[in-house]
Amino acid sequence: MKKGIIVLIIFLGALAAFPLVYQDPFPRHMLIMIMLYAAMGIGWNIIGGYTGQVSFGNAAFFGVGAYATAILLVNYGISPWLGMIVGCFFSVALAIIVGYPCFRLQGHYFAIATIAVGEIMLLVFTNWEYAGAAVGIYMPILPESFINFEFHTSKLPYYYIILVIFVAALGVSHLVERSRLGYYCRAIKEDTDGARSLGINIQRYKMIAFSISAVITSICGTFYAQYVLYIHPTSTMDLMMSIQLCIICLIGGLGKLYGPVIGAFVFIPMTELTRVYLGSEGQGVDLMIYSMLIIILAIWRPQGLWAIFTRGTAK
Amino acid sequence: MEGLFIQTLVSGLLIGFLYALIAVGLTMIFGMMDIVNFAHGDYLMVAMYFSFWCFALFGMDPLYSLPAVTLLLFGLGILTYYLLIKPIINAPMLSQIFVTFGVLIFLRGLATFLWKVDYRMIPQTVLSGNIHLGDVYIGIPQLTAAAGAIICNGLVLWFLKKTRLGMALEAVAEDKEAARLMGINSDRMFALAWGIGIATVGVAGALLTSFYYVFPEVGANFGLIAFVVVALGGFGSVTGAFAAGIIVGLVEVLSGFLIGPQFKFMFVLVLYLGVVFIRPQGLLGKK
Repeated sequence: MKKGIIVLIIFLGALAAFPLVYQDPFPRHMLIMIMLYAAMGIGWNIIGGYTGQVSFGNAAFFGVGAYATAILLVNYGISPWLGMIVGCFFSVALAIIVGYPCFRLQGHYFAIATIAVGEIMLLVFTNWEYAGAAVGIYMPILPESFINFEFHTSKLPYYYIILVIFVAALGVSHLVERSRLGYYCRAIKEDTDGARSLGINIQRYKMIAFSISAVITSICGTFYAQYVLYIHPTSTMDLMMSIQLCIICLIGGLGKLYGPVIGAFVFIPMTELTRVYLGSEGQGVDLMIYSMLIIILAIWRPQGLWAIFTRGTAK
Repeated sequence: MEGLFIQTLVSGLLIGFLYALIAVGLTMIFGMMDIVNFAHGDYLMVAMYFSFWCFALFGMDPLYSLPAVTLLLFGLGILTYYLLIKPIINAPMLSQIFVTFGVLIFLRGLATFLWKVDYRMIPQTVLSGNIHLGDVYIGIPQLTAAAGAIICNGLVLWFLKKTRLGMALEAVAEDKEAARLMGINSDRMFALAWGIGIATVGVAGALLTSFYYVFPEVGANFGLIAFVVVALGGFGSVTGAFAAGIIVGLVEVLSGFLIGPQFKFMFVLVLYLGVVFIRPQGLLGKK
């Protein structure tokens, strides 16, 4: 265990030092995207990995976070940091509204219901004039400052903000894993009826896990809106994004603390690099490569890459 | 206004039959082995591309290439079963979801790579044209597709209920162990279910190509509609899928007509959620 902590400290130290050593914008951008998806993957892992409820609607929380921030900033000039909090509030509300009926469904039924919810959200935002409809929202260009959450000359501040979000998400996931909540969630995943017979309030703990997942994903949405400064429905709420979050967790290891981190470090460079190197001629090849990886992993190693790294040392 | 309303109802009914045909394979496979094929809509896409290329390369009308498409998709279904589904038949649900999702992403990636994201359509088929009934125009391709869907769904139902092979299939769905003791090879039955399930979506794709665009993402919406139809009708129920297909078709066109075409799909999804929250097993599903 002690070795694990040392590895973690070296890893986070390297992440923090990286942009100071390498000044190129592209690797910084790549790591920002990796950390963004790792944080969202951690969020998905709490509901999908620990609790075993496969949500294909998590992109909705990302969209709600991004849109809450953008609408408040554009229409009322409210700081994105407050927008972040408002986004979290709405995301939790959405998680509760969606979760209350959906969590009575099991397995595939739940998964398909979350697809439906995600698609409804996408359609609502695509047709909602106030939220920019299909065109989306351009953020106003404000002077660079922390309070405005906008930095134009360098990606460095964004890098450290997402690093903090990523580490915080990891910390929350660690707390969940160690807490009573985490044990309940895993009990629900392994044997729902058994957990119920032991007096665990299934609905309640699924809802808590879903809300935590929603908050983490929503914060990532706010970050994305401020990083890219332009959002539209398909860039923030597409079904494919929800699927990618599941894939990241599957690649790394479902229900494992570092699973989504490993998954994001493998998945994001793979898709970004195939896209860069193959260009428009190779459009679709990135999808083919990672779909084969998913199929192979799901058939032969459903525990993910984490299980390969830790084979022999942990159970 | 009244004529337009009837026109809307008719087109909803016609597309509803086709939805039922797209969904029937999905519900059959689910009913037999509790596996949801998330790539179902993308097999439809493969069938549509096949029909399209038969036309573009050999000048073969989608109606004439239909038998070939059906056979191809039948083979593809069996191949999918032996290659990908058999290894995960007893795996946790998550593995099953990810494998079929992997197939979905793979097929879309392959289509994007080979044929780019362009929308393609066959300009003129042997079916092009309209029938004129009073104020109502009915497209011949749509009418043919609906008729084909009814025939094909009828055949599936007849096969399952009246033939020995079909009954063997249902026996495996009912109780794998007992069926094995009766000398039924469940493995072959599963393969057959995949073959037929994917072949029906091949028929639907061939019929659809006469009047719809082909593009790599075409399976996304039709696939989602197929899930809605299956969940609405009840997982595993062929007659349920038939009824639900018509309901979905009608809800879609009516909400498009009364509220606005951009919302038609939303109402289908809302209807679906409403039904599964009240009756999780669907309209005609078994608990």
